[in-house]
Amino acid sequence: MNDARRAGGSELLDVRIVRKAYAAATGQPLEVLRDIAFTLARGELGVLVGPSGCGKTTMLRIIAGSDADYDGKVVAPARGRLAMVFQEPRLLPWRTVEDNVRLVAPSVSESALVTLFDVLELTQHRLHYPGELSLGLARRVAVARAFAVEPELLLLDEPFVSLDDALASKLRDELSVLVESRAVTTLLVTHDLDEAVRLADRLFLLSARPAQVLAEVSIRVPRGRRTDAELSVAKAAVVGHLRGPLDPAIKA
Amino acid sequence: MLRLVSLGLLIIVWYIGSFIAGEQMLPAPMTVLNAILTEARSGELFFQLGVTLARVLVAFTLAMTIGSAIGLLMGRVALVNQLGDSWLVVLLNLPALVIIVLAYLWGGLTEVAAILAVAINKLPTAIVTVREGARALDPALDEMAKVFAMPRLRTLRHIVIPQLAPYLAAAGRSGLSLVWKIVLIVELLGRPNGVGFEIGIAFQLFDVTRILAYALAFVVVILAIETLVVQPIERRASRWRLRTA
Repeated sequence: MNDARRAGGSELLDVRIVRKAYAAATGQPLEVLRDIAFTLARGELGVLVGPSGCGKTTMLRIIAGSDADYDGKVVAPARGRLAMVFQEPRLLPWRTVEDNVRLVAPSVSESALVTLFDVLELTQHRLHYPGELSLGLARRVAVARAFAVEPELLLLDEPFVSLDDALASKLRDELSVLVESRAVTTLLVTHDLDEAVRLADRLFLLSARPAQVLAEVSIRVPRGRRTDAELSVAKAAVVGHLRGPLDPAIKA
Repeated sequence: MLRLVSLGLLIIVWYIGSFIAGEQMLPAPMTVLNAILTEARSGELFFQLGVTLARVLVAFTLAMTIGSAIGLLMGRVALVNQLGDSWLVVLLNLPALVIIVLAYLWGGLTEVAAILAVAINKLPTAIVTVREGARALDPALDEMAKVFAMPRLRTLRHIVIPQLAPYLAAAGRSGLSLVWKIVLIVELLGRPNGVGFEIGIAFQLFDVTRILAYALAFVVVILAIETLVVQPIERRASRWRLRTA
């Protein structure tokens, strides 16, 4: 059984998952997570990097409170104080961009909205419906929606997956600006090691299923000032923690 | 244009039928039109149409509201579905006439019994349609609403109902046509007014002209509701689809 309670003190997020298993079609339990323990301090950006299908999304769902069926304890801000960007944008096709954002953040001020749309280059799309947007734009709306609620904790589930490199890189920069300017505690999930070392303050390397934390790497250089050489060193540090060759499912 | 040709063809066939069958069995279109105008001038037509329409609207609203709520619950909660499913099968297969007769026997020849009989007849089809819609709701949007702590009513209004809209429209469309036909039977069997009552009198007098006059007048009313109310609502609800098509 789990014991979820609300976070306090300097640690905004405290995750201790002993075990999470699904009932497989065969009737046998399918273990997804085992002995996961990590914390995030206020304002930190943590990145969980691991191979596809290792249980990263499951972990985010547990932290978001969408899945309570696990053994362990998660201390996170209460609902209403956290926001999530899902793998798919999950916008309502019958509401405009602006209305999608206002739906979850009814008290957001016009000036806050203007700033958000400006940073994410959505200003000219305010009155468009999601069906009229490209995937990249729809992802931006999902990011705007998450920031509009002014969360204490922001959860990002592979928000740049299936975007071309140039667009993903641009969106990463925009996200970086937003996270920095608002000092919001963020947990990002990705299978892209390059993306992980670019964004993370702290990086948690996960094993294949059942996911366990193989290594924790802190990156001290501020996000905006990381040179290619420093990124390579960070990557090497992460890869060095792996016993064998880099798991092919992790994109280095 | 094609609609007008089709309508013209119907009138021609009607004339030919009338010529073959004779005026008493099938009065010509002009005879029926004159009868409609005569009834309209006396005010009788509007009164009877109004009474029937009021019954249609009350029974329809009742059946749609309760049916949608039950359908939504059955589609979302497995336990409610298991509990209600056999009742639903019984209701679906109970002949309309049986429900009407039982309602009048148990409730007397009253307005309440009449309206309830009609609503109960429509209820199971509304439930079945909305239940299918509820089963097709996107769990990803549900999860999004929960993570963002959206209040239940807000979720229902802005996330659930828009997804149910096509199913509600289907239930509404089929419901309106079903309800008005049943209202006529209810009026024929146990009400002192309404189009069904008038048709009952005309039947006893073998007055085919009057039967056709009232039936046609009511079809026109239903068509007007369809064109002026139902279609604009549908257009409004599916505006985003048109924009993204």
